[in-house]
Amino acid sequence: MDRAFFEQLAMPLFDQLYNHACWLTGDRADAEDLVQETYAKALKGFSSFAEGTNLRAWMFRILRNAFLNSRSGLKQKTEYLEDDEAGADEAVAHEVTPEALFLATESQEMIFNALERLPVAHREIILLCDVDEMSYREIAQVLDVAPGTVMSRLSRARRSLRAALGAKEAVR
Amino acid sequence: MTACSQDRNVLAAYLDGELPADQAKSLDQHLRSCPECAAEVAGQVSMRRAMKPAATRFTPSAEFKRKVQGQIATKQSARLRWMWPAAVAALAVMVLAVVWTRQSTLRNQAFREVADLHVSDLASANPYDVVSSDRHTVKPWFQGKIPFAFNLPEFAGSEFTLLGGRMVYLHQQPAAQLVVGAGRHKVSVVIAQESSAMGTALPFSRGAAVRDSFNVETWEKNGLRFYVIGDAEKGVIERLAQALQGANG
Repeated sequence: MDRAFFEQLAMPLFDQLYNHACWLTGDRADAEDLVQETYAKALKGFSSFAEGTNLRAWMFRILRNAFLNSRSGLKQKTEYLEDDEAGADEAVAHEVTPEALFLATESQEMIFNALERLPVAHREIILLCDVDEMSYREIAQVLDVAPGTVMSRLSRARRSLRAALGAKEAVR
Repeated sequence: MTACSQDRNVLAAYLDGELPADQAKSLDQHLRSCPECAAEVAGQVSMRRAMKPAATRFTPSAEFKRKVQGQIATKQSARLRWMWPAAVAALAVMVLAVVWTRQSTLRNQAFREVADLHVSDLASANPYDVVSSDRHTVKPWFQGKIPFAFNLPEFAGSEFTLLGGRMVYLHQQPAAQLVVGAGRHKVSVVIAQESSAMGTALPFSRGAAVRDSFNVETWEKNGLRFYVIGDAEKGVIERLAQALQGANG
């Protein structure tokens, strides 16, 4: 196993992984622990990493598993359970018109706040898709789910974000 | 509320670039004719655009990044760091061994040559070019014959008697050989210019050494190499050496 090779491949992902870890944990110190753990584990398992497959998805997956096993992750783990329940936000989301969405998105702070309040499963998938710009396939690898699950979870997540923004908009 | 039956999720998949090519193409067509869907797409696009800054909201400190990068590379470089002195030490030992072997070979050659000079002098019917017990006679005699000058101690009143001297060659270089009597023994003092060919880079052990049953002492002073060799006892050789060192200090 080549450390230099790993370093060369993995270090460019550093900022992205750190940013994602901060979004997941909401705490910089926790995020640092997570990133550090991720790199240690990835280095250890690098020999089992098949070249030609997606290193980014592989490392995000390690980060995610580390997060779920961490203290801050355990607190939020239960949120994943609601994944299967039909979107309660559906009705609200439908009320949010594209125009309202437009207005809401003018405030970056509002978007960030809404994202922060989303259940971690929703926040996570939206970040992977819209922020880290992963394909559904990549996301499926990170979350260790079927590609079809990615699509349904993503649409639920977007609905809940939309509902959150719409609620904000209504308050304003 | 939505008159168009188009699924929002399909629109999202379309924006995600995850729609099969043929579906995407027909949706393209649809968007041109459906203001409702076009507005929805515009809304989703603006939301995505508004989300982009989330990618760089948190940036790691350079310090933290260095730390992790160091941890990735640590073990290897730590091993190298640890191995460096060992490798250097091993190399140094090897070099020293080679140099020492070479030096001791050269030194042995030098001693052999000096011993030969001494023996041949003793055996010679004409042992001295200059015969004198007076150092003020012997020393000037060498002027112009050897490319250096040396001092002789005052032997009068000591256990030593200056017998004479001659010019010899040591390592193809002119040298002065003085023969000093010590009791019934004759001791040769050979003085030559120091040269690396004589293998003297490493210090000899202090005091006289025994070589081929001769007692020998050698030292270097101010670019001159002195040899004191003879069959006189060790203490005699050392005292003569001290006298010479005193005169050439």
